[in-house]
Amino acid sequence: MSTVFIAFQTNEDTRPIVESILADNPGSVLDEQPAMVKINAEGSLVIKRESIEERIGRDFDLQELQINLITISGHLDEDDDTFTLSWKN
Amino acid sequence: MDMKANKKKLGLKEKYAHMTRGLDWETTYQPKEKVFPQATFEGIKVHDWDKWEDPFRLTMDAYWKYQAEKERKLYAVLDAFAQNNGHLGLTDARYLSAVKLFLTGISPLEYVAHRGFAAAGRNFPGVGPRVACLMQSIDEVRHAQTQIHALSNYNKFYEGFHAGATHQIERVWYLSVPKSFFDDAFSAGPFEWMIAIGFSFEYVLTNLLFVPFMSGAAYNGDMATVTFGFSAQSDEARHMTLGLECIKFMLEQDPDNLPIVQKWIDKWAWRGIRVLSLVATMMDYMLPKRVMSWKEAWEIYFEQNGGALFNDLAKYGIKVPECITQCTVDKEHISHQIWLTLCTHGHAMALHTWLPNADEMDWLSAKYPNTFDKYYRPRFEKLQELADKGERFYANTLPMLCQVCQIPMLFTEPDDPTKICYRESEYQGEKYHTCSDGCKHIFDDEPEKYIQAWLPVHQVYMGNCWPEGTDPTVEGFNPLAKYLEWCHIEDGKDNCDYEGSSDQANFAAWRGVATQNV
Amino acid sequence: MAVKALYDYQFPALDTQDKFHGNQLLYVGWDDHFLFAAPLAFTVSPNAKFSELVGQTLTFAYGRHPDWAKIDFSKVVWLKSGKPFQPEMNKTLAEQGIKHKDALRLQTPGLNGNGTNF
Repeated sequence: MSTVFIAFQTNEDTRPIVESILADNPGSVLDEQPAMVKINAEGSLVIKRESIEERIGRDFDLQELQINLITISGHLDEDDDTFTLSWKN
Repeated sequence: MDMKANKKKLGLKEKYAHMTRGLDWETTYQPKEKVFPQATFEGIKVHDWDKWEDPFRLTMDAYWKYQAEKERKLYAVLDAFAQNNGHLGLTDARYLSAVKLFLTGISPLEYVAHRGFAAAGRNFPGVGPRVACLMQSIDEVRHAQTQIHALSNYNKFYEGFHAGATHQIERVWYLSVPKSFFDDAFSAGPFEWMIAIGFSFEYVLTNLLFVPFMSGAAYNGDMATVTFGFSAQSDEARHMTLGLECIKFMLEQDPDNLPIVQKWIDKWAWRGIRVLSLVATMMDYMLPKRVMSWKEAWEIYFEQNGGALFNDLAKYGIKVPECITQCTVDKEHISHQIWLTLCTHGHAMALHTWLPNADEMDWLSAKYPNTFDKYYRPRFEKLQELADKGERFYANTLPMLCQVCQIPMLFTEPDDPTKICYRESEYQGEKYHTCSDGCKHIFDDEPEKYIQAWLPVHQVYMGNCWPEGTDPTVEGFNPLAKYLEWCHIEDGKDNCDYEGSSDQANFAAWRGVATQNV
Repeated sequence: MAVKALYDYQFPALDTQDKFHGNQLLYVGWDDHFLFAAPLAFTVSPNAKFSELVGQTLTFAYGRHPDWAKIDFSKVVWLKSGKPFQPEMNKTLAEQGIKHKDALRLQTPGLNGNGTNF
């Protein structure tokens, strides 16, 4: 299994997003760096629209992630409800 | 009239289909191959362009919306930075050498990337990549602009920011390294461009450039750079995805594409790694407060992340580029070798250099236990000894350059870090020298291309690098002074050691003013 | 292999000898002396004697290193294109086949910056 990751700017917009990801992906690991927060996971990582909406109390469009996104690793598949990164090997 | 929309909004996938495929058309009064003349000459076979899908499924309307939001955030911060003397929050003004290197070496490439992706988008017959290339092209010009805007705040106070983004890229010797990389890519066909920039640079290497650089900027109090960096980086994730999608697409379309793609991966991985040796130096030497060593960054972002990528591509028959073996050796050497070179050529640079102090050398020893004390510490100590005697060493003769990467021939043999690596080829009766097996291989594969390389050292010797009207035969002619003038490098202000520079003096004075009632 | 292009891809080499005003390019590296981070590039007259190359051109470039003055040129090893080469001090570069863009490597056994290779 290879590691996938996603990194965001550290700010108030991303705090609930990061919380959601950590809650939805048991085993994912948080790596905090200057001004940047990175989440590593083995094989795959799923970001769920619903989980973020629960935390922020409003509708959320997963494309809003792009505003604070820094980098990703893995193949991406995005639809209305989920944003998934994975290595398929 | 009140129109009630009962129908649910289009889903992401539907919207993407409508806003990309739905916008394409068939040619009628000209054959398709005349409209897209660059689509086939590289040998890449494509059977079904509709198989190309942008995983972000970004459409133009959403693109404008989110990009506008990024711009608003960026310029709000830049205003705050300017209004609050943000430059005085830096750890140390010598940090700005890293920013100068970025502005002179990288920002102009953003502009070339803008042109290159516009051209690639124009030349692909498929509508999926065309839309994605269009967005990336607009992103890239935005990056060039925002970088110049952000750094213009430093130009009000510090030396060396006045000519970088436009003038110096075509003149300054070490800037020919990144420039030639992009020229090489742009003068290839659209598919090779996508591997060179979209895949190798954006996917495999960009993490090594932007992530540590921006974290480093944050660590060193550089709010301007962090902000443009992150604003740009939010686009990079999309660019990386495009690069990866492109490579998968080529490999899935036809098995005959594999050897062509493999050749390009091998070439552009090595070209990119050579350019990034400047970034290695920045991370290990130019940040007053360090984030991580180049070796650590290399291990995380190249060995682990790149390893995962190549494991994944193995199913198509793609092999890890051969040059990676050499990189595993090089990761413990290149930053030191390059910084020693820059320090001994600091009189001919558009930024300040300095010798690492005792604390910094201890940090380097800890990060590079196998190499720093053994090979490099004694060299820095010797240079310091000379500097203490008032004889800071600057080379008086131009270095030999690699014909391909254009870096001085400073790299060492894979099996002996005390021996310079010399490689030589002959083409049409003329000799050509390269710094490594990687660069030699690239030369030998396309000699017709690299024999045209604009090597700054040779150009100086031809007499092409002085201001118009210069007469090199006059008594007391000083070629270096004339070269600096031609580059718009102000001798004594922009170059030489940070110790004793006006940047150092001004920063100390302004900081003093900022904290006292004087 | 050749460049793949849409047309016959032929361009002249940029750095041919005729561009150097009667001189030629010559590269010289001095092994084990990384004070000079890379081998150096010189323009020299093909009619210069090898002794002039050493005594003037190379001494200007390398002479600031304390090892330079200690070199016994009767005991050094020269390489040209990586192969041993025996220069003749009284002959010109042209006379002994040192051509445009040749790379010479000077090895001075025993002299290596006091063990630092610097």
